[in-house]
Amino acid sequence: MAVHPTATCQTSTFLVATCLTAASSMSISPLTTSSVTTSPMTRYAMPHEVGHEVGYAAASGVFSATWLLLVLPLAGALILLLGGRRTDRWGHLLGTAASAASFVVGLVLFFELRGRGAEDRQVAQHLFSWIPVNGFQVDAGLLFDQLSAVFVLLITGVGTLIHVYSIGYMAHDPGRRRFFAYMNLFLASMLLLVLGDNFLVLYAGWELVGLSSFLLIKFWEYKPAAATAANKAFYMNRVGDVGLALAIMLMFATVGSTNYDSVLGAAAADIIGYGTLTAIALLLLLGACGKSGQFPLQAWLPDAMEGPTPISALIHAATMVTAGVYLIARASPIFTETQAARTVVVIIGAVTIVIGCVIGCAYDDIKKVLAYSTVSQIGYMFLAVGLGPAGYALGIAHLLAHGFFKAGLFLGSGSVIHAMDDEQDMRKYGGLWRLMPVTWVTFGLGYLAIIGLPPLSGFFTKDKIIEAAFDKGGTSGYLLGLTALLGAGITAFYMTRLFLLTFHGERRWSSSGERAKHPHESPTVMTGPMALLAVGSVFAGGLFIVGGTLQDWLAPVLGESHEEGAHTLSPAVVTALTLLVAAGGFAGAYLRYQVRPVEAVARPDSEVGLVTVAARHDLYANTFNETVFMRPGQYLTRFLVWLDTVGVDGLVRGTAAGIGGLSGRLRRTQTGFVRSYALSMLGGAVLVVVAALLVRTG
Amino acid sequence: MNPSNYLILAALLFTIGAVGVLLRRNAIVVFMCVELMLNAANLTLVTFSRINGTLDGQIMAFFVMVVAAAEVVIGLAIILTIFRTRRSASVDDVNLLKY
Amino acid sequence: MSAQILAQAAGEITRTSTGEAATFWVLAPVAVLAALGMVLARNAVHGALLLVTNFFCLAVFYLLQDAPFLGFVQIVVYTGAIMVLFLFVLMLVGVDSSDSLVETLRGQRVAAIVLGVGFAGLLVFPIGGVINNGTTAAGLTAANDGGNIQAIARLLFTDYVLAFEIVSALLIIAAVGAMILGHRERVDGKVTQREMLRRRFAEGGRVTPIPGPAVYARPEGTRLPAGLPGGGTDPGAGQGAREGCGDIEGNGDGDNGAGAHARGNPRPVGAGKGTDR
Repeated sequence: MAVHPTATCQTSTFLVATCLTAASSMSISPLTTSSVTTSPMTRYAMPHEVGHEVGYAAASGVFSATWLLLVLPLAGALILLLGGRRTDRWGHLLGTAASAASFVVGLVLFFELRGRGAEDRQVAQHLFSWIPVNGFQVDAGLLFDQLSAVFVLLITGVGTLIHVYSIGYMAHDPGRRRFFAYMNLFLASMLLLVLGDNFLVLYAGWELVGLSSFLLIKFWEYKPAAATAANKAFYMNRVGDVGLALAIMLMFATVGSTNYDSVLGAAAADIIGYGTLTAIALLLLLGACGKSGQFPLQAWLPDAMEGPTPISALIHAATMVTAGVYLIARASPIFTETQAARTVVVIIGAVTIVIGCVIGCAYDDIKKVLAYSTVSQIGYMFLAVGLGPAGYALGIAHLLAHGFFKAGLFLGSGSVIHAMDDEQDMRKYGGLWRLMPVTWVTFGLGYLAIIGLPPLSGFFTKDKIIEAAFDKGGTSGYLLGLTALLGAGITAFYMTRLFLLTFHGERRWSSSGERAKHPHESPTVMTGPMALLAVGSVFAGGLFIVGGTLQDWLAPVLGESHEEGAHTLSPAVVTALTLLVAAGGFAGAYLRYQVRPVEAVARPDSEVGLVTVAARHDLYANTFNETVFMRPGQYLTRFLVWLDTVGVDGLVRGTAAGIGGLSGRLRRTQTGFVRSYALSMLGGAVLVVVAALLVRTG
Repeated sequence: MNPSNYLILAALLFTIGAVGVLLRRNAIVVFMCVELMLNAANLTLVTFSRINGTLDGQIMAFFVMVVAAAEVVIGLAIILTIFRTRRSASVDDVNLLKY
Repeated sequence: MSAQILAQAAGEITRTSTGEAATFWVLAPVAVLAALGMVLARNAVHGALLLVTNFFCLAVFYLLQDAPFLGFVQIVVYTGAIMVLFLFVLMLVGVDSSDSLVETLRGQRVAAIVLGVGFAGLLVFPIGGVINNGTTAAGLTAANDGGNIQAIARLLFTDYVLAFEIVSALLIIAAVGAMILGHRERVDGKVTQREMLRRRFAEGGRVTPIPGPAVYARPEGTRLPAGLPGGGTDPGAGQGAREGCGDIEGNGDGDNGAGAHARGNPRPVGAGKGTDR
């Protein structure tokens, strides 16, 4: 009887893969020899076998429609991009509809997931075999679990609102259809990022959101600033992406798989050595820093505000820039195991909080202030997830709440900018509250949420993070807590400054004359989403934090947060301190910008303090980058060009010229005189005779 | 006298012919020098025929003569044609095919 | 047995007969000198004649070396036919020009002589060494048994028949090629006799042949120009004779051409003018 050849082939392939992965694991951690029979070992020794059966429930019923989440916006993007100008008239409606449909699917799936038991809440859908190479099997699959569910809702929900807002905001833009196509593309990419069931799919989504971000930042590419900002964002993201790519390679080299369950299972089971684990975690962190605009890769995010304001709201505030936080939360088992990497995460978070706050105080451009505010708020999230199991859920909670209020703030700023004829300098605003009541109210609610006024969402989430930072214990806990506290105070200061400069005080613009402004309230299609986001800003935080709703929901993914009750400072004290500091910041800003008159033009650098000058120059981050990376790079490039021109080309051209010259000389022997040729023939004959005689006589 | 003396004579005649080819410019004289070289070769062939005791050398010499006759006919025709067009029988004047 | 010994004795030659040696030593310098003379002669005709001399010497050497057929072919074909062909071409090209022996190519002469001497040395000295070692020659007595021509013919039409045929084809091709090379395309039409006559008469001048000196002989007639039938002398005739003599005596009617013309010296009839002047 004949064995089926394919069957044997597969068996041998599988055996080889198993041996390889087993061998690699043993070389990394000798501990595994004793735990060969335990389930984590078997789980990760067979990377492409376990995935769906052991770890996650297979997608069935409603969940077999998980792929629709991705495909709906992707189809919208394709139709709008390929359809061309024919779709101009209804393109924005289609884009919004695709986004809304995706949101509806997400809602259905979410409630279906809620209806299940806690153990069945991780649903994986296998799509197709992506990279079926011998020892390297990667399947394209989707994972709909508690973490991705909340992200899906955030992305599609806020995304749909911003789509609606954009209908009004981009009404007069000739490229509106293209704008919606890119927005849909972004939604699809972001959903791929959060829904992928292995790191490689996540990486694909990661790169695609980078692409969408690039396309949208340079949406007004005729503006040199926008084009430059897009390039800058792309390059700086590349730096982070290299880290992520290396991390994935390291995972594969160590574990033999990139699946979440294999890698994270291996990490949780202490199979990967501590050094390797820390390396993976730090490389992941590099990727997260690049995408989330964290120190030292924060410089691109403020520049990205050159894109249309809805983009700033959706991509560069609410969703994409939080992908770094998602990545760390998703890889939480890895970070849980490595204290060193978590320390780096919290340091980066704390440094970024301060950087964002300080620079946010100095800028007069309303969107730049909000951008640095974003940088600083994501710093809070990093701080939270860096705290380990105690903070993962808090980081996600702050992320979600921030998604609401920061998106609302950006949309409000868009409304103001729209009303002020694209003026972005806050010093040229003032007294707008009477003219734009809806914007004032919605923006105000977002503002109150971010400075942490109870019981708005920012209060709950940020307060918890500060509390957790103090709870870390020891000197580092105090340092982190105080930094976070300081950040809260400065946040209150610069946000109050922003709010007062924009909506209160005397009007620093005129409704007559050459630069006449006629501020007016935005249409309903814009104010509607703002209102909805304002509602979210008010209630989201309480909903997530009170009673630990979100923590319980995410616990299966992120691990239990250990609420031992061993607080360094009692929660009440921390809350009181936070409120006190925030009130101090508010008071400072009120005294400075409400009681005293505000100059319509910022004072020059020579008249302000050293810190302000540094903050106005982004704390010299750009200068640093230019001096350390760009200039040497340029010199290196010039040197290489010179080397290529003089060295390589010179060699090539020199060889050619040499041979050409030699040929020219040799050519001269072709005199055309038969007798000369005959002479050389006789010479040859003589040589032949000589040779013959030499051979004969030896 | 050793029969090989004929070979020495043939070598001398051949060399004289070769040097003549190199030195003379009149195409006909050059041609005559070539004939001298051919005849020197013929002499060696005949001598070797004698030394070896077979007639193959003589046959070869015979063929050389025939080929030489054909060559002379063609060569002289070419010289005449060139002379007609260029009014010169100097080989140095025919030097257009060069660098 | 005895025939074999005889053949062997006759065949193995280490030294040639005295007669052959004498002939060789006489003719070899002649051949070399003739060759050198051909190379050095300024006049190509002299060169050709010297080459003929050389070829004759070679023919004798062939005869000496048991190759009577080749010896006579050398005389008939080479010395006779080919060299005559050379002479024909020399005549066509022009015999009166003597070549300049000034070398125009720089270094050509020195290089040619150095190379030539070297080449000759390289060839001669090894052969001289061979002679000193005392080589033996097989001799052609056995091969030529029954006649040299018959033996050559036997070989030619058996072993070498293919080469023979190819060479015959070569000869025909050479003949055709020479005809093609020598052929000149006629650009204009052929000139008829009528046209030639018209041209001759249109040019004017004398139409008839110049008469020889002293057609109508008188004493010492060779010194006198010829008298014309109508009296007087032809001014163009007897130039040599007139130059030869210092004075023309008794030339009573030795008028100039003007008188002759006046007496109706026939003018070109084809000129169409038909008028006397």
